[in-house]
Parts: sequence; structure tokens; C-alpha cells
Amino acid sequence: MSLLEIRNLDAFYGDFQALFGFDFDLEEHETVAAIGANGAGKTTLLRAITGMVAATSEVLSYRGESIQSREAADIVALGVAMVPEGRRLFPSLSVEENLVIGGYSGRPGRWSLERVYELFPALRNRRSVPGTALSGGEQQMTAIGRALMSNPDLILFDELSLGLAPVVVKEIYEVLPVIKAEGTAMVVVEQDINRALEVADRVYCLQEGRLALTGAPGDLTRDRISAAYFGT
Amino acid sequence: MIEWVNSIVQGVLTGGLYALFAAGLAIIFGVMRLVNIAHGDLIVLAAFVAMVTIETTGVDPFVSMVAVLPFMFFFGYVLQRGILNYTLGDDLLPPLLVTFGISIVIQNLLLEIFSADSQRLKAGPIEVSSVELVEGIELGTLPLIVFVIAVALIFALQIGFSRTRLGRAFRATSDDPSTARLMGINQKHIFGLAMAVSLVLVAIAGIFIGIRTNFDPALGPTRLLFAFEAVIIGGLGSMWGTLAGGVILGVAQNIGAKIDPGWQFLAGHIAFLVILVLRPNGLFPRTRDD
Ligand SMILES: Nc1ncnc2c1ncn2[C@@H]1O[C@H](COP(=O)(O)OP(=O)(O)O)[C@@H](O)[C@H]1O
Ligand SMILES: [Mg+2]
Repeated sequence: MSLLEIRNLDAFYGDFQALFGFDFDLEEHETVAAIGANGAGKTTLLRAITGMVAATSEVLSYRGESIQSREAADIVALGVAMVPEGRRLFPSLSVEENLVIGGYSGRPGRWSLERVYELFPALRNRRSVPGTALSGGEQQMTAIGRALMSNPDLILFDELSLGLAPVVVKEIYEVLPVIKAEGTAMVVVEQDINRALEVADRVYCLQEGRLALTGAPGDLTRDRISAAYFGT
Repeated sequence: MIEWVNSIVQGVLTGGLYALFAAGLAIIFGVMRLVNIAHGDLIVLAAFVAMVTIETTGVDPFVSMVAVLPFMFFFGYVLQRGILNYTLGDDLLPPLLVTFGISIVIQNLLLEIFSADSQRLKAGPIEVSSVELVEGIELGTLPLIVFVIAVALIFALQIGFSRTRLGRAFRATSDDPSTARLMGINQKHIFGLAMAVSLVLVAIAGIFIGIRTNFDPALGPTRLLFAFEAVIIGGLGSMWGTLAGGVILGVAQNIGAKIDPGWQFLAGHIAFLVILVLRPNGLFPRTRDD
């Protein structure tokens, strides 16, 4: 059984339709990259999975259980965590409180504050400052740590490298194998296509709310990917 | 001279009560951006609930809290989840209109059941006892107890907000409701709990009003106004701001009353306006601007 199965997904912001008949599959432990130009619908796809946008579908199931009309909070408790675009740390919470609140749903598992600090040693000394006092890279680390604190089986990363310096991006990408080694499945939404192709088992390329191309990175030529990306 | 000092001291004591009114209002606004127009009427409702409890069981007003506080907690949760949650959204108007409607309903129900007569919760000999601080300044035992409990509650709330799981959930929801949902925080439940906590404060405030002064079904709107003024004076940064707001309002009213008995409330409003002009975000604003 796949971890996540999506058939014929339509997603809406009021009258505006952002996804059209979208199909998506994710196996246990798998890493999938979702790429596409700005406004293609990548964030909307992640929001549909976490119950944060109005959506209809034939199938939207997690481990065989329909999550179509589940509350966002319940979906987190099932083991789906999100690292949102722009990090979205809570300004009135300290770094450590931001991490702790990631574990709010009380899902048991192997992640703890201690292990997050081992993964991101830079955060340990900054634990009591407000999340917003951190550098962009440290904020992204906190956002990832916060997601890990819910002991997820699936993490959705939205624009993982956006706005970060190349050395920081490298540092962030080095932790993905560690997370993967825990058996955690991942969806990585990324502007940096090369980065995405390096970590992904499969790629989904979105264009104007529709699936333009999908396959394993090795099977897809650069030309086909750019064609799907830019719609040329 | 000592009379002025006395006015200020009495104002501080009254301010503790105002801070209690304000704390409940501030929590609701802070967590869900809802201005609860019915806040004052809920205070009066709590006083009447206490009155009925006292009359039917014969207990002391302080003891009646054992029943009234859980009742108001439950009432707050049900009110929020049954009605107010459905009014919240991008538009600020629906919750205002609905709480205004609730305010009218409570006033009319209380008027229908209890008439417009003024009531009082009888606390016994403690009502007239007092302690002399220095010559010329006597503190009523009851106002003093009310003040001490109010400060202790504000202190407990501040600790609760900063150190507990529920406090973190309140702050996270206040900062960024949609990201808070992504943490597994059930927003409807958190809003219900926030209103429940608010109405526990309302219940305590209502009982204290009932012991300290007369109350009647029409008293709500002015209590709302005091609460509102104290919140704005204090800013929404912390519960200490709320306490400061209550105390400043209480002191201003007492000094006004000292100058001329008719100036009591006017002086409070003037202090409110002056601070609003000088510090539009209050004395202890939230550190971030959104
Ligand atoms: N909150 C919103 N309200 C209205 N339209 C939105 C909203 N968020 C996104 N959209 C629109 O939906 C489409 C897909 O957006 P999004 O999923 O954010 O794209 P991506 O993440 O791929 O850049 C875009 O056309 C965007 O303008
Ligand atoms: Mg996006």
C-alpha cells in the first residue's frame, strides 16, 4: 500500500482553481521532489495534503485511510509534518518553544529536543532567543526541527532552500539523508532543480496546476524537465 | 495631602478589579482577535449566577466560586464552540455583531428574571472591616482581598501563558493561526478553552463586583468600557500591562472623584484618551507589529 495516494485532486481558493485533476503517489520511505515555476501549484498540493485548502478528489488517502475531510490538526497526529514556505516560526515563542510546540500532538517516536540539537548543534546555544532573532539558515533548521518533533512518517518541505546562502543550503541538504535513514518519507518542493534531482527518488513537475511530467530523475532528460518546467 | 494619597491607594485597589475585567477581554482578543462586546454582561451574568447559588445553598460568596467558576468555564467553552467559532474569519464584523446580540440577550433575560432592582452579594462582617495602613489611610479588608487575589491571578496567568503547554498553544495560535494548525493544534478547541478561561476570570470578577458594589442587569456595558480602557492603556504585550492598565484607570477615577464626585468616570476616560494619544499601542505593547 502506498503511504499517500491522490487521485483527481482539484484545489480552490474561493472561485480560483489552483490544481486540476492532480494525481500523486508516494511510497513509504520514498523521497519525491515537486518542481515547477512560481504559481504552478506546489504549495497548494502540500496544503491539500495537510487539510489547509479547500479541495475535492476521488482519492486522498494516507496509509489507506481517507484524509479528505480531516482537520489539519488530525492529519499532523497521523504523522504528516510540514516545513512551510518562509519557515513561519512563531515570533512570540523562543527557539526551544518553537521546537517543543512541534511535538504538540504527542505522537510517540524517536525524535526529542536532544536529538534535534544533535542534528543542528547551532540551535543549542540559541535555544532561548525568539525564533525571529535567528539567521535565515538557523530559522530553517528550527522549522525542520519543529517538524521532526512531531515524529512524522512524512515530511513536506516547501521551498527548502529559498532565500538561503549556498553554504547554508548545503548544510541543510546534508541532514536530509539522516532524516531519510529514520524511514521518513519526504516531499521536497524546490526551485533549485539540481538539488531536488540529487535527493529525489522520483520527480513531479507541475505546470499551471496540472501534472506536466513525472518519473525517476535518471529517466528524465534535462530538455524534458525544462520543457515541463517552463511550458515551452 | 494624605487624602490624595488615600485616593490613589483606593484607586489602586479598585484597579485590581478592573485588571480582572480586562484580563478576560485581553485573552480573547489576543488568542482569536475577537472583541467580545458581551464581556461586561457576562460579568453581570456571573454575579447573578452566584446570587442564585448563594440563595439556594446558603453558602458564602467566596465558597459559591466552587460552583460558579466551573459553570462559567463550561458555559464559555460551549458558547465559543457552539456559536462564536462560526463567526470568526477574515471579516471582523460578524463576531462584533453576534457578541453585541448576546449582550442584548443577556441583559434582557436578566431583566426579565431578576427585574431591574439592584442586588448585592452578602459577604458578612468582612464587608465593613478594615485595616489602617497609616493614619488617614484605611484599607477595606474586602477590597484588599480582592486586590491581592486579582494580582495573584494575573501572576498565575502570566506564568501559565509563558510556561505551560496550553499557554504555548495560545501564543502560537495568536501569532499565526494557520501554522499553529500545522503543529496539530485544534484551533476550535483552543478557542473554546480561551473563552472558558476568560469566563472563569469573568466569574471571579462578577462575584467580586457583587460583594464590593451593587449590581443590576444594566451594569454590563460600563464594565465592558472599563475593561476595554484598561486593555488599551496596558497594551497587549503581557498580563502585567493589563494590571497596570487597570490600576491606572482605577487611580484616575478615584482622583477624579476626589476633585468632584461627578468626575469619577470622566477622569478615567480622560486618562484613557491621553494614553491613547501618547502611546497608541499602550504602555506594554506587543513586541511585534502585525
Ligand atoms: N491564498 C490564495 N488565494 C488566492 N490564490 C492563491 C492563494 N495562494 C495561491 N494562490 C494561487 O494559486 C496558484 C498556485 O499557487 P501556489 O500553490 O502557491 O504555487 P507555487 O507554490 O507552485 O508557487 C497561483 O496562481 C497563486 O496565485
Ligand atoms: Mg509555493
